[in-house]
Amino acid sequence: MSGTHGDQVDIACRELVEIVTDYLEGALDSAMTAAVERHLAICPHCDRYIEQMRETISAVGHVPVDTLDEQAKADLVAAFRNFHATDR
Amino acid sequence: MTEESGLLATERSPGRGTVGGGETELVGRLRAGDADAFAQLVEDWSPSMLRLARTYVSTQASAEEIVQESWLAVIRGLGRFEGRSSLRTWVFRIVTNQAKTRGVHESRTVPWSSVVAAEQGPTVDPDRFRGPDDRWPGGWTVEGRPTAWEPSPESSAIAGEIRGRLTAALGELPERQRIVVSLRDVHGLSSEEVCGALGITAANQRVLLHRGRAGLRASLEDYYRDTGTGVMV
Repeated sequence: MSGTHGDQVDIACRELVEIVTDYLEGALDSAMTAAVERHLAICPHCDRYIEQMRETISAVGHVPVDTLDEQAKADLVAAFRNFHATDR
Repeated sequence: MTEESGLLATERSPGRGTVGGGETELVGRLRAGDADAFAQLVEDWSPSMLRLARTYVSTQASAEEIVQESWLAVIRGLGRFEGRSSLRTWVFRIVTNQAKTRGVHESRTVPWSSVVAAEQGPTVDPDRFRGPDDRWPGGWTVEGRPTAWEPSPESSAIAGEIRGRLTAALGELPERQRIVVSLRDVHGLSSEEVCGALGITAANQRVLLHRGRAGLRASLEDYYRDTGTGVMV
């Protein structure tokens, strides 16, 4: 559970893993951001957890995606040429 | 044309696209009838448009038709694009409008406003943390700690397998998480683009993103455990 030392917020590992995304998205206020960074500096396990989140995000950017088939794309480019050939 | 000054301009993600040059230059080329620029745009943006359209309709074929219709609308409407949003945001809005029209006909809607059970509770098993009476309450237990991922998911030796695992894990995520993670992390949309396209708040988007990403991380953790490559350090 969270504790405080003076004005300083302390967060437990169990809490940190639930605000990782807010942290990565820059959505935490300055006190919480500082608390996360203090925690990461002394906790190799949470540091590893957040690094694995980053690796996951990076890897998921490489999964195969669907797109239009080549004929559909060619048809669209033809429509673009046609529009500009006739409309100007 | 004035560049917009809002969040959309500052936080726009480059995504997977390879269209180079500034946006003003790109719009100029498109208006001048530069078919190569248009072809590149179709190449770069169709996958994310397709993913967005797919959230409104029940078949891939319908989504493809929406994307094609949207591109035709882009061709016709470029002369009226005022640059008040980014070009990509404008294009996504066209997709959303086209898709909503059709989605109504196909009576398919994703319930974005209600909180569902899949979005509550911890994303990491509470048993991996110490109890309230422990000397370090809420800290990782020895058994619960994340183990090292060796080799890294980016390593060429396992990258294909990692992609397979992540594709499967994406398919198993609850729908709203899958949509948000796909648009953000697979297709590289910014949070503003996702919120705008789906009509959800930034806070709601972050909850879905967090839960989805945590689920994907857990799937890779399972992969490393199953293959015995995760090592306790």
